[in-house]
Amino acid sequence: METKELVVNKLKENFSDISFEFSEFRDELSVSFDKKHVVKICKFLKEEPDLEFLLCEDVTAVDWAKRKNRFTVVYHIFSLKHNFRLRLKADIDESDCKVDSVTSVWKTSNWQERETYDMYGIEFNNHPDPRRMYMPEDFEYHPLRKDFPLMGIPGSLPLPKK
Amino acid sequence: MEKLTKDDVHPKIIEALLGAESNVTVDEALENEMVLNMGPQHPATHGVLRVVLRLDGETVVASVPELGYLHRGYEKMAENMSYYEFIPHTDRLDYLSPMANNVGWVLAVEKLAGIEAPPRAQYIRMMIAELTRIASHLVAIGALAMDVGALTVFLWTLREREKIMDIWDVLCGARFTNSYTRIGGVANDAQPEVLKSIRWFIDQFEENMDECERLLNRNRIFIERMDGVGVISKEDAIDLGMTGPSLRASGVEYDLRRAQPYLFYKDMNFKVITYSEGDCLARYFVRADETRESVKIIRQVLDNMPKGDTLLNQPKKVLPKKTEVYSRMEELIHDFMIVNFGINPPVGEIYHAIEGSKGELGFYFVSKGEGKPWKCKIRSPSFVNLQSLPNLIKGHMVSDVVAIIGSIDPIMGEADK
Repeated sequence: METKELVVNKLKENFSDISFEFSEFRDELSVSFDKKHVVKICKFLKEEPDLEFLLCEDVTAVDWAKRKNRFTVVYHIFSLKHNFRLRLKADIDESDCKVDSVTSVWKTSNWQERETYDMYGIEFNNHPDPRRMYMPEDFEYHPLRKDFPLMGIPGSLPLPKK
Repeated sequence: MEKLTKDDVHPKIIEALLGAESNVTVDEALENEMVLNMGPQHPATHGVLRVVLRLDGETVVASVPELGYLHRGYEKMAENMSYYEFIPHTDRLDYLSPMANNVGWVLAVEKLAGIEAPPRAQYIRMMIAELTRIASHLVAIGALAMDVGALTVFLWTLREREKIMDIWDVLCGARFTNSYTRIGGVANDAQPEVLKSIRWFIDQFEENMDECERLLNRNRIFIERMDGVGVISKEDAIDLGMTGPSLRASGVEYDLRRAQPYLFYKDMNFKVITYSEGDCLARYFVRADETRESVKIIRQVLDNMPKGDTLLNQPKKVLPKKTEVYSRMEELIHDFMIVNFGINPPVGEIYHAIEGSKGELGFYFVSKGEGKPWKCKIRSPSFVNLQSLPNLIKGHMVSDVVAIIGSIDPIMGEADK
Protein backbone atom coordinates (compact mmCIF):
# COMPACT_ATOMS: atom_id res chain seq x y z
CA MET A 1 0.00 0.00 0.00
CA GLU A 2 1.23 3.43 -0.77
CA THR A 3 2.18 5.63 2.17
CA LYS A 4 -0.38 8.27 1.26
CA GLU A 5 -3.24 5.79 1.41
CA LEU A 6 -1.82 4.31 4.58
CA VAL A 7 -1.80 7.70 6.32
CA VAL A 8 -5.29 8.56 5.13
CA ASN A 9 -6.71 5.19 6.18
CA LYS A 10 -4.98 5.22 9.55
CA LEU A 11 -6.31 8.66 10.36
CA LYS A 12 -9.83 7.80 9.26
CA GLU A 13 -9.83 4.52 11.18
CA ASN A 14 -8.56 5.90 14.45
CA PHE A 15 -10.39 9.21 14.53
CA SER A 16 -13.78 8.41 13.09
CA ASP A 17 -15.36 11.30 15.03
CA ILE A 18 -13.05 13.98 13.58
CA SER A 19 -13.71 15.37 10.13
CA PHE A 20 -10.54 15.49 8.07
CA GLU A 21 -10.06 17.35 4.87
CA PHE A 22 -7.42 15.83 2.62
CA SER A 23 -5.92 17.71 -0.29
CA GLU A 24 -3.11 17.08 -2.67
CA PHE A 25 -1.01 19.47 -4.70
CA ARG A 26 2.20 18.61 -6.56
CA ASP A 27 2.21 15.18 -4.99
CA GLU A 28 2.16 16.53 -1.42
CA LEU A 29 -0.51 15.45 1.01
CA SER A 30 -2.14 17.99 3.34
CA VAL A 31 -4.56 17.22 6.13
CA SER A 32 -6.78 19.87 7.72
CA PHE A 33 -8.72 19.41 10.92
CA ASP A 34 -10.10 21.31 13.86
CA LYS A 35 -7.49 22.96 16.07
CA LYS A 36 -8.62 21.32 19.29
CA HIS A 37 -7.41 17.92 18.08
CA VAL A 38 -3.88 19.03 17.18
CA VAL A 39 -1.99 17.39 20.06
CA LYS A 40 -4.03 14.19 19.91
CA ILE A 41 -3.42 13.69 16.20
CA CYS A 42 0.25 14.65 16.35
CA LYS A 43 0.83 12.22 19.18
CA PHE A 44 -0.88 9.46 17.24
CA LEU A 45 1.11 10.15 14.07
CA LYS A 46 4.36 10.06 15.99
CA GLU A 47 3.68 7.00 18.07
CA GLU A 48 1.78 4.76 15.65
CA PRO A 49 4.37 2.06 14.80
CA ASP A 50 3.29 1.86 11.15
CA LEU A 51 3.79 5.56 10.56
CA GLU A 52 6.47 6.96 12.92
CA PHE A 53 6.48 10.61 12.01
CA LEU A 54 9.46 11.20 14.28
CA LEU A 55 10.80 14.35 12.72
CA CYS A 56 8.93 17.61 12.99
CA GLU A 57 10.49 19.75 10.33
CA ASP A 58 8.63 22.96 10.63
CA VAL A 59 5.86 24.78 12.43
CA THR A 60 4.58 27.99 10.96
CA ALA A 61 1.39 29.90 10.24
CA VAL A 62 -0.31 31.60 7.33
CA ASP A 63 -2.17 34.89 7.65
CA TRP A 64 -5.09 35.00 5.20
CA ALA A 65 -5.85 38.67 6.06
CA LYS A 66 -9.57 38.96 5.27
CA ARG A 67 -10.76 35.40 5.67
CA LYS A 68 -13.15 34.38 8.45
CA ASN A 69 -10.64 32.06 10.12
CA ARG A 70 -7.78 34.43 9.74
CA PHE A 71 -4.82 32.15 10.48
CA THR A 72 -3.80 28.62 9.69
CA VAL A 73 -1.09 26.85 11.67
CA VAL A 74 0.93 24.56 9.45
CA TYR A 75 3.07 21.64 10.59
CA HIS A 76 5.43 19.76 8.31
CA ILE A 77 6.28 16.36 9.65
CA PHE A 78 8.47 13.67 8.17
CA SER A 79 8.48 9.93 8.56
CA LEU A 80 11.99 8.52 8.46
CA LYS A 81 10.53 5.06 8.05
CA HIS A 82 8.63 5.83 4.84
CA ASN A 83 10.60 8.87 3.67
CA PHE A 84 7.31 10.63 3.50
CA ARG A 85 6.35 14.21 4.33
CA LEU A 86 2.93 15.19 5.63
CA ARG A 87 1.46 18.63 6.10
CA LEU A 88 -1.00 19.25 8.93
CA LYS A 89 -3.16 22.34 8.98
CA ALA A 90 -5.54 23.80 11.52
CA ASP A 91 -7.50 27.01 11.18
CA ILE A 92 -7.52 29.62 13.91
CA ASP A 93 -9.77 32.60 14.27
CA GLU A 94 -8.43 35.95 15.33
CA SER A 95 -10.92 36.22 18.22
CA ASP A 96 -9.47 33.05 19.77
CA CYS A 97 -5.87 33.22 18.68
CA LYS A 98 -4.68 30.17 20.57
CA VAL A 99 -3.72 26.60 19.82
CA ASP A 100 -2.30 23.80 21.93
CA SER A 101 1.45 23.45 21.83
CA VAL A 102 2.95 20.26 20.41
CA THR A 103 6.19 20.60 22.40
CA SER A 104 5.10 17.57 24.42
CA VAL A 105 5.21 15.54 21.21
CA TRP A 106 8.24 16.99 19.41
CA LYS A 107 10.74 19.03 21.42
CA THR A 108 11.88 20.79 18.29
CA SER A 109 8.59 22.64 17.99
CA ASN A 110 9.60 24.74 20.99
CA TRP A 111 11.52 27.35 19.04
CA GLN A 112 9.35 27.01 15.96
CA GLU A 113 6.29 27.88 18.00
CA ARG A 114 8.07 30.76 19.65
CA GLU A 115 8.90 32.06 16.19
CA THR A 116 5.28 31.66 15.08
CA TYR A 117 4.09 33.51 18.17
CA ASP A 118 6.63 36.26 17.53
CA MET A 119 5.70 36.67 13.89
CA TYR A 120 1.92 36.10 13.97
CA GLY A 121 0.82 36.57 17.58
CA ILE A 122 -0.65 33.08 17.82
CA GLU A 123 -0.38 31.88 21.39
CA PHE A 124 0.50 28.30 22.15
CA ASN A 125 -1.14 26.80 25.23
CA ASN A 126 1.13 24.89 27.61
CA HIS A 127 4.25 26.14 25.90
CA PRO A 128 7.24 25.72 28.25
CA ASP A 129 8.97 28.94 27.25
CA PRO A 130 6.51 31.43 25.73
CA ARG A 131 8.88 34.21 24.75
CA ARG A 132 9.51 35.98 21.50
CA MET A 133 12.14 34.45 19.25
CA TYR A 134 13.62 37.29 17.22
CA MET A 135 12.02 40.58 18.16
CA PRO A 136 12.70 42.33 21.48
CA GLU A 137 10.42 41.30 24.32
CA ASP A 138 8.78 44.75 24.58
CA PHE A 139 7.93 44.94 20.88
CA GLU A 140 4.17 45.34 20.51
CA TYR A 141 3.50 44.09 16.99
CA HIS A 142 3.73 40.85 15.08
CA PRO A 143 5.69 41.58 11.91
CA LEU A 144 4.50 38.84 9.55
CA ARG A 145 0.84 39.75 9.92
CA LYS A 146 -0.46 41.20 6.70
CA ASP A 147 -1.51 44.45 8.37
CA PHE A 148 2.05 45.15 9.51
CA PRO A 149 3.64 47.46 6.91
CA LEU A 150 6.77 46.36 5.09
CA MET A 151 8.70 49.46 6.14
CA GLY A 152 7.87 48.81 9.80
CA ILE A 153 6.16 51.15 12.23
CA PRO A 154 8.23 54.24 13.03
CA GLY A 155 9.06 54.44 16.70
CA SER A 156 8.09 50.85 17.45
CA LEU A 157 11.70 49.95 18.15
CA PRO A 158 13.06 52.60 20.53
CA LEU A 159 16.66 53.57 19.96
CA PRO A 160 19.03 53.74 22.92
CA LYS A 161 19.14 57.09 24.70
CA LYS A 162 21.95 59.42 23.73
CA MET B 1 53.10 31.37 37.45
CA GLU B 2 54.25 32.32 40.91
CA LYS B 3 51.70 33.54 43.31
CA LEU B 4 51.94 37.21 44.13
CA THR B 5 52.22 38.14 47.74
CA LYS B 6 51.31 41.45 49.25
CA ASP B 7 54.93 42.50 49.40
CA ASP B 8 55.48 42.07 45.66
CA VAL B 9 53.03 44.76 44.72
CA HIS B 10 53.54 48.37 45.58
CA PRO B 11 51.27 49.34 48.49
CA LYS B 12 49.88 52.25 46.52
CA ILE B 13 48.58 49.88 43.83
CA ILE B 14 46.88 47.74 46.44
CA GLU B 15 45.42 50.84 47.96
CA ALA B 16 44.07 51.92 44.58
CA LEU B 17 42.64 48.49 43.88
CA LEU B 18 40.96 47.92 47.20
CA GLY B 19 40.00 51.48 47.90
CA ALA B 20 38.14 52.01 44.63
CA GLU B 21 34.45 52.57 45.08
CA SER B 22 32.42 49.59 44.04
CA ASN B 23 29.06 48.07 44.79
CA VAL B 24 30.25 44.58 43.97
CA THR B 25 30.52 42.35 46.97
CA VAL B 26 32.42 39.12 46.75
CA ASP B 27 31.95 36.58 49.46
CA GLU B 28 32.91 33.03 48.59
CA ALA B 29 33.58 33.19 44.88
CA LEU B 30 33.67 29.44 44.31
CA GLU B 31 30.58 28.75 46.34
CA ASN B 32 28.38 30.89 44.15
CA GLU B 33 26.73 30.43 40.83
CA MET B 34 27.63 32.98 38.26
CA VAL B 35 25.86 34.26 35.18
CA LEU B 36 28.09 34.80 32.19
CA ASN B 37 27.06 36.57 29.06
CA MET B 38 28.69 35.26 25.88
CA GLY B 39 28.20 37.21 22.73
CA PRO B 40 26.56 38.60 20.62
CA GLN B 41 29.99 39.94 19.73
CA HIS B 42 32.23 36.98 20.39
CA PRO B 43 34.63 35.44 17.88
CA ALA B 44 33.66 31.86 18.70
CA THR B 45 29.92 32.29 18.23
CA HIS B 46 30.29 32.46 14.43
CA GLY B 47 28.28 35.61 14.04
CA VAL B 48 25.94 37.33 16.41
CA LEU B 49 24.73 34.52 18.62
CA ARG B 50 24.28 35.40 22.26
CA VAL B 51 24.35 32.68 24.88
CA VAL B 52 23.66 33.46 28.52
CA LEU B 53 25.33 30.84 30.67
CA ARG B 54 24.70 29.97 34.28
CA LEU B 55 27.91 28.62 35.73
CA ASP B 56 28.77 26.72 38.83
CA GLY B 57 32.49 27.31 39.06
CA GLU B 58 33.54 26.41 35.56
CA THR B 59 30.69 24.02 34.80
CA VAL B 60 27.69 25.09 32.76
CA VAL B 61 24.50 24.51 34.74
CA ALA B 62 22.08 26.02 32.26
CA SER B 63 22.16 28.15 29.16
CA VAL B 64 19.82 30.24 27.08
CA PRO B 65 20.66 31.08 23.47
CA GLU B 66 19.27 34.41 22.32
CA LEU B 67 18.67 34.97 18.63
CA GLY B 68 17.51 37.87 16.56
CA TYR B 69 20.57 40.09 16.32
CA LEU B 70 20.72 39.52 12.57
CA HIS B 71 16.98 39.34 11.96
CA ARG B 72 16.31 41.15 8.71
CA GLY B 73 12.79 39.93 8.12
CA TYR B 74 13.51 38.00 4.95
CA GLU B 75 10.17 36.22 5.05
CA LYS B 76 8.36 39.55 5.09
CA MET B 77 10.51 40.80 2.25
CA ALA B 78 9.85 37.65 0.23
CA GLU B 79 6.12 38.29 0.49
CA ASN B 80 6.66 41.68 -1.09
CA MET B 81 8.82 40.82 -4.04
CA SER B 82 8.62 38.47 -6.99
CA TYR B 83 10.17 35.01 -7.04
CA TYR B 84 12.94 36.25 -9.30
CA GLU B 85 13.78 39.23 -7.13
CA PHE B 86 14.40 37.11 -4.08
CA ILE B 87 17.19 34.98 -5.61
CA PRO B 88 19.97 37.43 -4.61
CA HIS B 89 18.56 37.53 -1.08
CA THR B 90 18.97 33.78 -0.67
CA ASP B 91 22.73 34.35 -0.91
CA ARG B 92 22.53 36.21 2.36
CA LEU B 93 20.80 33.43 4.27
CA ASP B 94 23.59 30.93 4.73
CA TYR B 95 26.36 33.16 3.48
CA LEU B 96 28.91 30.37 3.50
CA SER B 97 27.00 28.31 0.95
CA PRO B 98 25.14 30.81 -1.25
CA MET B 99 24.94 28.48 -4.24
CA ALA B 100 23.09 25.80 -2.29
CA ASN B 101 20.53 28.37 -1.18
CA ASN B 102 20.08 29.52 -4.78
CA VAL B 103 19.49 25.95 -5.85
CA GLY B 104 17.03 25.33 -3.01
CA TRP B 105 15.03 28.43 -3.83
CA VAL B 106 14.70 27.83 -7.55
CA LEU B 107 13.86 24.15 -7.06
CA ALA B 108 11.04 25.15 -4.72
CA VAL B 109 9.74 27.77 -7.14
CA GLU B 110 9.95 25.33 -10.04
CA LYS B 111 8.01 22.77 -8.09
CA LEU B 112 5.35 25.36 -7.38
CA ALA B 113 5.20 26.53 -10.98
CA GLY B 114 5.29 22.97 -12.30
CA ILE B 115 8.34 23.34 -14.53
CA GLU B 116 11.64 21.54 -14.69
CA ALA B 117 15.04 22.76 -15.80
CA PRO B 118 16.87 21.03 -18.68
CA PRO B 119 19.23 18.16 -17.72
CA ARG B 120 22.42 20.13 -18.25
CA ALA B 121 21.23 22.89 -15.92
CA GLN B 122 20.34 20.28 -13.31
CA TYR B 123 23.78 18.72 -13.56
CA ILE B 124 25.37 22.14 -13.16
CA ARG B 125 23.19 22.76 -10.11
CA MET B 126 24.27 19.50 -8.60
CA MET B 127 27.90 20.35 -9.24
CA ILE B 128 27.68 23.79 -7.63
CA ALA B 129 25.70 22.49 -4.68
CA GLU B 130 28.39 19.92 -3.95
CA LEU B 131 31.24 22.40 -4.41
CA THR B 132 29.44 24.69 -1.98
CA ARG B 133 29.16 21.84 0.48
CA ILE B 134 32.92 21.38 0.30
CA ALA B 135 33.52 25.10 0.79
CA SER B 136 31.13 25.28 3.72
CA HIS B 137 32.52 22.20 5.44
CA LEU B 138 36.05 23.53 4.99
CA VAL B 139 35.14 26.69 6.86
CA ALA B 140 33.32 24.66 9.51
CA ILE B 141 36.33 22.41 10.09
CA GLY B 142 38.80 25.28 10.03
CA ALA B 143 36.78 27.44 12.39
CA LEU B 144 36.15 24.54 14.74
CA ALA B 145 39.86 23.80 14.91
CA MET B 146 40.62 27.48 15.43
CA ASP B 147 38.10 27.68 18.26
CA VAL B 148 39.94 24.98 20.13
CA GLY B 149 43.32 26.48 19.41
CA ALA B 150 44.67 24.91 16.21
CA LEU B 151 45.12 27.97 14.06
CA THR B 152 47.04 26.43 11.16
CA VAL B 153 44.15 24.27 9.99
CA PHE B 154 42.01 27.35 9.45
CA LEU B 155 44.58 28.82 7.09
CA TRP B 156 44.93 25.58 5.19
CA THR B 157 41.22 24.92 4.75
CA LEU B 158 40.60 28.51 3.72
CA ARG B 159 43.32 28.15 1.13
CA GLU B 160 41.32 25.30 -0.40
CA ARG B 161 38.10 27.29 -0.16
CA GLU B 162 39.78 30.19 -1.92
CA LYS B 163 40.23 27.97 -4.97
CA ILE B 164 36.47 27.35 -5.04
CA MET B 165 35.87 31.09 -4.77
CA ASP B 166 38.11 31.59 -7.78
CA ILE B 167 36.04 29.02 -9.70
CA TRP B 168 32.86 30.93 -8.79
CA ASP B 169 34.51 34.07 -10.05
CA VAL B 170 34.96 32.59 -13.51
CA LEU B 171 31.65 30.73 -13.48
CA CYS B 172 29.30 33.57 -12.59
CA GLY B 173 31.32 36.71 -12.00
CA ALA B 174 30.97 36.84 -8.24
CA ARG B 175 33.04 35.22 -5.56
CA PHE B 176 30.77 35.32 -2.57
CA THR B 177 27.17 36.30 -3.29
CA ASN B 178 26.69 34.32 -6.46
CA SER B 179 22.97 34.44 -7.41
CA TYR B 180 23.84 32.05 -10.18
CA THR B 181 20.68 30.02 -10.61
CA ARG B 182 17.57 31.16 -12.43
CA ILE B 183 14.06 29.82 -12.41
CA GLY B 184 14.15 27.21 -15.16
CA GLY B 185 17.92 26.88 -15.33
CA VAL B 186 21.11 28.73 -14.55
CA ALA B 187 22.28 32.22 -15.50
CA ASN B 188 24.84 31.07 -18.05
CA ASP B 189 26.34 27.84 -19.23
CA ALA B 190 29.41 26.49 -17.45
CA GLN B 191 32.23 27.16 -19.88
CA PRO B 192 34.81 24.44 -20.69
CA GLU B 193 37.53 26.29 -18.79
CA VAL B 194 35.36 26.30 -15.65
CA LEU B 195 34.77 22.57 -15.93
CA LYS B 196 38.49 22.12 -16.47
CA SER B 197 39.37 24.10 -13.37
CA ILE B 198 36.78 22.20 -11.31
CA ARG B 199 38.36 18.95 -12.44
CA TRP B 200 41.76 20.31 -11.52
CA PHE B 201 40.39 21.32 -8.12
CA ILE B 202 38.90 17.94 -7.24
CA ASP B 203 42.01 16.13 -8.47
CA GLN B 204 44.25 18.00 -6.06
CA PHE B 205 41.70 18.42 -3.28
CA GLU B 206 41.83 15.00 -1.66
CA GLU B 207 45.56 15.17 -1.13
CA ASN B 208 45.29 18.60 0.46
CA MET B 209 42.39 17.42 2.58
CA ASP B 210 44.61 14.59 3.80
CA GLU B 211 47.16 17.17 4.89
CA CYS B 212 44.55 19.15 6.82
CA GLU B 213 43.26 16.01 8.48
CA ARG B 214 46.75 14.91 9.39
CA LEU B 215 47.02 18.10 11.43
CA LEU B 216 43.95 17.12 13.42
CA ASN B 217 43.33 13.40 13.44
CA ARG B 218 46.45 12.55 15.41
CA ASN B 219 46.55 15.81 17.32
CA ARG B 220 46.13 14.87 20.94
CA ILE B 221 44.98 18.28 22.12
CA PHE B 222 42.33 18.45 19.42
CA ILE B 223 41.07 14.92 20.07
CA GLU B 224 40.87 15.46 23.81
CA ARG B 225 38.96 18.69 23.37
CA MET B 226 36.48 16.96 21.03
CA ASP B 227 36.14 13.36 22.14
CA GLY B 228 33.09 12.72 24.28
CA VAL B 229 32.17 16.40 24.41
CA GLY B 230 28.61 17.46 23.62
CA VAL B 231 27.15 14.00 23.17
CA ILE B 232 23.60 13.72 21.89
CA SER B 233 21.79 10.45 21.41
CA LYS B 234 20.03 9.37 18.24
CA GLU B 235 16.56 9.76 19.75
CA ASP B 236 17.23 13.19 21.24
CA ALA B 237 18.75 14.44 18.00
CA ILE B 238 15.66 13.44 16.04
CA ASP B 239 13.35 14.81 18.71
CA LEU B 240 15.16 18.14 18.62
CA GLY B 241 14.82 18.23 14.86
CA MET B 242 18.53 18.23 14.06
CA THR B 243 19.41 17.56 10.45
CA GLY B 244 22.50 17.40 8.31
CA PRO B 245 25.98 16.41 9.57
CA SER B 246 24.97 17.00 13.18
CA LEU B 247 22.22 14.37 12.93
CA ARG B 248 24.30 11.91 10.94
CA ALA B 249 27.03 12.11 13.58
CA SER B 250 24.49 10.60 15.98
CA GLY B 251 23.99 7.60 13.75
CA VAL B 252 20.84 8.48 11.83
CA GLU B 253 21.17 7.79 8.15
CA TYR B 254 19.03 10.68 7.01
CA ASP B 255 20.15 12.58 3.97
CA LEU B 256 17.59 14.21 1.70
CA ARG B 257 19.76 13.46 -1.31
CA ARG B 258 18.99 9.80 -0.57
CA ALA B 259 15.67 10.02 1.24
CA GLN B 260 13.87 12.20 -1.28
CA PRO B 261 16.19 12.56 -4.25
CA TYR B 262 15.96 15.81 -6.17
CA LEU B 263 17.92 16.83 -9.28
CA PHE B 264 19.78 13.70 -10.47
CA TYR B 265 21.02 12.48 -7.09
CA LYS B 266 19.27 9.16 -7.60
CA ASP B 267 21.77 8.38 -10.39
CA MET B 268 24.77 9.32 -8.30
CA ASN B 269 26.87 6.82 -6.45
CA PHE B 270 27.82 8.13 -3.02
CA LYS B 271 27.78 7.07 0.59
CA VAL B 272 25.76 8.70 3.36
CA ILE B 273 28.35 9.21 6.08
CA THR B 274 27.22 8.28 9.57
CA TYR B 275 29.01 8.02 12.87
CA SER B 276 27.44 6.62 15.98
CA GLU B 277 29.17 8.55 18.78
CA GLY B 278 27.21 11.79 18.49
CA ASP B 279 29.96 13.93 20.01
CA CYS B 280 31.94 16.86 18.64
CA LEU B 281 34.58 14.58 17.19
CA ALA B 282 31.99 12.57 15.27
CA ARG B 283 30.48 15.76 13.87
CA TYR B 284 33.94 16.80 12.69
CA PHE B 285 34.55 13.38 11.09
CA VAL B 286 31.20 13.47 9.28
CA ARG B 287 32.06 16.83 7.74
CA ALA B 288 35.55 15.76 6.75
CA ASP B 289 34.29 12.56 5.13
CA GLU B 290 31.43 14.32 3.39
CA THR B 291 33.83 16.56 1.48
CA ARG B 292 35.28 13.40 -0.06
CA GLU B 293 31.83 12.10 -0.97
CA SER B 294 31.09 15.45 -2.60
CA VAL B 295 34.26 15.11 -4.64
CA LYS B 296 32.99 11.71 -5.76
CA ILE B 297 29.68 13.23 -6.84
CA ILE B 298 31.34 16.11 -8.68
CA ARG B 299 33.55 13.65 -10.55
CA GLN B 300 30.48 11.70 -11.69
CA VAL B 301 28.73 14.92 -12.66
CA LEU B 302 31.68 16.04 -14.77
CA ASP B 303 31.93 12.63 -16.44
CA ASN B 304 28.23 12.46 -17.30
CA MET B 305 27.43 16.11 -17.98
CA PRO B 306 24.95 16.13 -20.87
CA LYS B 307 25.07 18.70 -23.64
CA GLY B 308 22.24 21.06 -24.42
CA ASP B 309 20.45 24.12 -23.13
CA THR B 310 20.87 25.48 -19.65
CA LEU B 311 17.63 27.44 -19.63
CA LEU B 312 14.13 26.10 -20.12
CA ASN B 313 12.20 27.35 -23.13
CA GLN B 314 9.00 28.36 -21.34
CA PRO B 315 8.41 32.05 -22.12
CA LYS B 316 5.66 32.65 -19.56
CA LYS B 317 7.74 31.42 -16.64
CA VAL B 318 11.39 31.84 -17.55
CA LEU B 319 13.16 35.11 -18.23
CA PRO B 320 14.57 35.19 -21.78
CA LYS B 321 18.24 35.77 -22.52
CA LYS B 322 19.30 39.40 -22.50
CA THR B 323 20.61 39.35 -26.08
CA GLU B 324 17.20 38.20 -27.28
CA VAL B 325 15.37 40.82 -25.25
CA TYR B 326 17.28 43.52 -27.06
CA SER B 327 16.67 42.16 -30.53
CA ARG B 328 13.24 40.46 -30.58
CA MET B 329 9.76 41.73 -29.89
CA GLU B 330 8.23 38.57 -28.34
CA GLU B 331 11.05 38.19 -25.86
CA LEU B 332 10.86 41.87 -24.96
CA ILE B 333 7.17 41.49 -24.11
CA HIS B 334 7.75 38.40 -22.00
CA ASP B 335 10.65 40.06 -20.22
CA PHE B 336 8.44 43.06 -19.46
CA MET B 337 5.62 40.88 -18.16
CA ILE B 338 7.80 38.70 -15.95
CA VAL B 339 9.77 41.60 -14.49
CA ASN B 340 6.66 43.67 -13.77
CA PHE B 341 4.06 41.08 -12.85
CA GLY B 342 6.04 37.97 -11.97
CA ILE B 343 5.63 34.40 -13.06
CA ASN B 344 2.21 33.80 -11.45
CA PRO B 345 2.43 30.16 -10.40
CA PRO B 346 -0.91 28.40 -9.84
CA VAL B 347 -2.82 28.57 -6.57
CA GLY B 348 -1.48 26.07 -4.09
CA GLU B 349 1.11 25.37 -1.49
CA ILE B 350 4.33 23.41 -1.60
CA TYR B 351 7.25 22.60 0.66
CA HIS B 352 10.52 21.69 -0.94
CA ALA B 353 13.66 20.87 0.96
CA ILE B 354 17.20 20.20 -0.16
CA GLU B 355 20.15 18.86 1.77
CA GLY B 356 22.07 22.06 2.35
CA SER B 357 25.51 22.00 3.87
CA LYS B 358 24.14 22.56 7.39
CA GLY B 359 21.11 20.33 7.06
CA GLU B 360 17.64 20.43 5.65
CA LEU B 361 17.01 23.73 3.91
CA GLY B 362 13.32 23.99 3.11
CA PHE B 363 11.06 26.56 1.53
CA TYR B 364 7.32 26.60 2.11
CA PHE B 365 5.28 28.65 -0.33
CA VAL B 366 1.64 29.55 -0.34
CA SER B 367 0.67 30.94 -3.71
CA LYS B 368 -2.52 32.80 -4.53
CA GLY B 369 -1.70 32.80 -8.22
CA GLU B 370 0.05 36.16 -8.02
CA GLY B 371 3.55 37.20 -8.92
CA LYS B 372 4.56 37.34 -5.27
CA PRO B 373 4.33 34.50 -2.79
CA TRP B 374 1.48 34.99 -0.34
CA LYS B 375 3.56 33.29 2.30
CA CYS B 376 7.16 32.19 2.28
CA LYS B 377 8.65 30.28 5.15
CA ILE B 378 12.33 29.51 5.22
CA ARG B 379 13.10 26.39 7.20
CA SER B 380 16.70 27.03 8.03
CA PRO B 381 18.83 24.19 9.39
CA SER B 382 21.03 26.40 11.57
CA PHE B 383 18.03 27.71 13.48
CA VAL B 384 16.74 24.26 14.31
CA ASN B 385 20.17 22.78 15.05
CA LEU B 386 20.94 25.62 17.45
CA GLN B 387 18.01 24.59 19.55
CA SER B 388 19.99 21.59 20.75
CA LEU B 389 22.72 23.83 22.18
CA PRO B 390 21.42 23.95 25.80
CA ASN B 391 21.20 20.14 25.78
CA LEU B 392 24.70 19.75 24.41
CA ILE B 393 26.55 22.14 26.69
CA LYS B 394 24.84 21.25 29.93
CA GLY B 395 27.36 19.87 32.40
CA HIS B 396 30.40 20.76 30.33
CA MET B 397 33.16 23.22 31.07
CA VAL B 398 32.84 26.76 29.85
CA SER B 399 35.76 26.24 27.48
CA ASP B 400 33.86 23.39 25.79
CA VAL B 401 31.06 25.73 24.82
CA VAL B 402 33.05 27.18 21.93
CA ALA B 403 33.94 23.70 20.71
CA ILE B 404 30.30 22.62 20.78
CA ILE B 405 29.06 25.74 19.03
CA GLY B 406 31.74 25.21 16.41
CA SER B 407 30.80 21.57 15.96
CA ILE B 408 27.14 22.27 15.18
CA ASP B 409 28.26 24.98 12.76
CA PRO B 410 25.47 27.53 13.02
CA ILE B 411 25.37 30.41 10.55
CA MET B 412 23.50 33.31 12.04
CA GLY B 413 22.48 34.79 8.72
CA GLU B 414 20.38 31.71 8.26
CA ALA B 415 19.30 31.17 11.85
CA ASP B 416 18.01 34.74 12.18
CA LYS B 417 16.75 35.07 8.62
